[in-house]
Amino acid sequence: MTVLRTVDLTKKFGDFAALDKVNIEVGEGEVYGFIGPNGSGKSTTLRVLLGILKATEGRAEIFGKDSWKDAVEIHKRVAYVPGEVSLWPNLTGGEVIDLLVKLRGGNSSHRREELIQKFDLDPSKKCRTYSKGNRQKVALIAALSSDVDLYILDEPTSGLDPLMERTFQEYIIEEKKQGKSILLSSHILSEVEKLCDKVAIIREGKIIETGSLKDLRHLTGTILLVETKKPILDLANVRGVSGIQPKGNAVSFQVDSGEVAYVISYISQFEIVRIESSPPTLEQLFMRHYEVSDKTSGIGAGGEA
Amino acid sequence: MNRHLIEGTGTLIRFILRRDRLRLPIWIASFIAISVIVAIAFAGLYQTNAERIAIAETMQNPAVIAMLGPGYGYGLENYPIGAITAHEMLLMTAIVVGLMNILLMIRHTRTDEEDGRIEMVRSLPVGRLSNLLSVLVVLTGVNVLLALLLGFSLTVLGIEGMGLEGSLLYGSALGASGMIFAGVAAISAQLSSNARSTLGFAFTVLLAAYIIRVIGDLRNEALSWFSPLSWVLRTEVYVNNYWWPILLTVSVALVLMGIALYLNSIRDLGSGFIPSRSGKDKASKTLLSSFGLVFRLQRTGFIIWGIGLLVIGVIYGSLFGELETYFDEIDLMQQMVILVEGFSLTEQFIPLLMSIIAILSTIPVLMSILKIKTEEKNDRLEHLISRAVSRNRLMGSYLAMSILTGFVMLTLSSIGLGVMGNIVMEESLSLGTYYSSAMVYFPAILMMIGIAVLLFGWAAKWTGLVWLYLASAFFIVYMGSLFQFEDWVEKLTPFGYVTRIPIEEMDYWSAAIMVVLAIGFIAIGMIGFNRRDIGK
Repeated sequence: MTVLRTVDLTKKFGDFAALDKVNIEVGEGEVYGFIGPNGSGKSTTLRVLLGILKATEGRAEIFGKDSWKDAVEIHKRVAYVPGEVSLWPNLTGGEVIDLLVKLRGGNSSHRREELIQKFDLDPSKKCRTYSKGNRQKVALIAALSSDVDLYILDEPTSGLDPLMERTFQEYIIEEKKQGKSILLSSHILSEVEKLCDKVAIIREGKIIETGSLKDLRHLTGTILLVETKKPILDLANVRGVSGIQPKGNAVSFQVDSGEVAYVISYISQFEIVRIESSPPTLEQLFMRHYEVSDKTSGIGAGGEA
Repeated sequence: MNRHLIEGTGTLIRFILRRDRLRLPIWIASFIAISVIVAIAFAGLYQTNAERIAIAETMQNPAVIAMLGPGYGYGLENYPIGAITAHEMLLMTAIVVGLMNILLMIRHTRTDEEDGRIEMVRSLPVGRLSNLLSVLVVLTGVNVLLALLLGFSLTVLGIEGMGLEGSLLYGSALGASGMIFAGVAAISAQLSSNARSTLGFAFTVLLAAYIIRVIGDLRNEALSWFSPLSWVLRTEVYVNNYWWPILLTVSVALVLMGIALYLNSIRDLGSGFIPSRSGKDKASKTLLSSFGLVFRLQRTGFIIWGIGLLVIGVIYGSLFGELETYFDEIDLMQQMVILVEGFSLTEQFIPLLMSIIAILSTIPVLMSILKIKTEEKNDRLEHLISRAVSRNRLMGSYLAMSILTGFVMLTLSSIGLGVMGNIVMEESLSLGTYYSSAMVYFPAILMMIGIAVLLFGWAAKWTGLVWLYLASAFFIVYMGSLFQFEDWVEKLTPFGYVTRIPIEEMDYWSAAIMVVLAIGFIAIGMIGFNRRDIGK
């Protein structure tokens, strides 16, 4: 069952198209990773989904309802953590958590104390004194202690330390086990790889790749690490080979899925000593899109390179 | 001073001037424009000595002294126009100059520090005192420039009785009071650890300076010496042209600035001398709704404004006793005030006081409704909008708070006025009279709220215009009697349509029309707010 989807979602600020026909779809019980560099449209998409911004064209739906018109109804079952958490400087963290949980209109703060302890937050301090990470914890605790069906998280771990990051991941895995759906925007690729069933890659307002991690890897092909007695001649010009990187005596490169047989037969003439194959990591997938797009568009990708 | 403490000050000064390249000229130009316009207008209105002496007579009443400070030069054979202009304008302008200095000082000290910008600057090869010092230098320069430009501008008008020395002294009095409050704000910024309470602290000092002066000028002259706002009035510009008050004010200002620099040098970045307390780790029941949040965020301001307006009411009320005797004694005054049969002079004075009180009450009302804009700008509306809070409920919470504010402010000030007035007067009026003379302004306040909501819904960038509108309303009321405006000028703002209770018959029609218009504006504003994006 589809929990959340956008159909040809377009958002323009003046003439600038921040989103250009974005299509994503999150099913029930899925963790959906939404990745892309800064300014690519991740936050804009999430804000349209939450009815904070109004779509210029296309549709955005959650639980089958229109995310602009039925915002209030939808929000009773959604928890959101914004990318930049800005809090009221003269309220304490504890007060903000209680307020945010209550304003959802839904039930339960049964996990409040446990979460505060796990995330190691001092709730009696004024928000003014919190660091970025602590402000993020406040928003995360408020989100996780609500009983909802869908979590929309915008780079929730960007200010957390590695220990807290792990705590966060444990909670996400637990929520997933309970059949909750999660839309997770991130540029920490290892995190997405660990948590997500499906991934969409967005760049300059356009979705450039979407599907399960397995599909993406399959589509992209295989990473080969090869050590040969003779140096491999002219590897860069072999059909289907990209991303060549020397690794000590060996060389690593990516092979398009349709060309594996051909490439293996080509390199075997240089007397293979060792060969390892592995699926591409998300980072390799990601970087490949940038390299390709950079060549075609000629515009710097910026961001996380 | 060690060089390493002030390294980079020059660069920072240029940086501040770059950041404020529009802000500073606009402030200075506004002061000059208003002073020049008023000076020209007064010169045109009171051309003969007889006219000037006549207006001077009307200025010698306790209400005017409370509001503007004591006049001077009344015994002179030829009463100069400059004395009228200075009496009417100097104190009020000095307060606004003080306000400008406070706002600019905090903008470049605590606000920058709170937002982490000073940390970035301090990580560069820049001295520990450089930031504060550069702001102090810039503001001192602004005040000196203001003094000189204002002095020369008033001189070149060539108005008889407003010569070079007097005009320069007039400008210097304003510049000197500006420096005092730059110093006050600089110290506040060291004491408190956040911009909000720094602002509160500095404003409190400004308000206290005004109130001490009021009480001092009316009751006990020695007390006036504790208020810097009194000092500048002692210059007796255009009559005696005393320069020593300027010397005194500037010296004290320099001492304050020195203290601020010292405090700045011994504290850690990001901290203040008044420690921030920790709070509750759980929210109280009253916080847990969108209105609860709105109320909680505005509570402190609400209480302070409430006390302030109560005090203003009490101060005005305390004048009534003296007014009575004063009016009895001076026949001329009775000719000046338009007599309405069957009403005492005090009763005729109430509407004028109320119009000023109502406009003052509108300030916290507009601050309250416009908080929603600050919240939006700081990305905090998202927290509410992304939860089960509709835009109507959100806006409604702010509306409720601002309407409540207007109601409470009018109530408190009229009770203060009435109770105190009845204590000091021989013949008392019913409290109901006072109360209705204040409440009759409620529809006008609703109109101002309506205009604010309308702007916020459809043109959030321009919501600041509502302040300009309120300022012009104040200007029209404040200057109305002296400028003798045409009737239509008064009708430019909602405050011109309010019945003058108790001397006029209640005009229910205009009140009803204002309420209906206000509701219409609010509704249209809400439609706009429901249709637009939330965010910066």
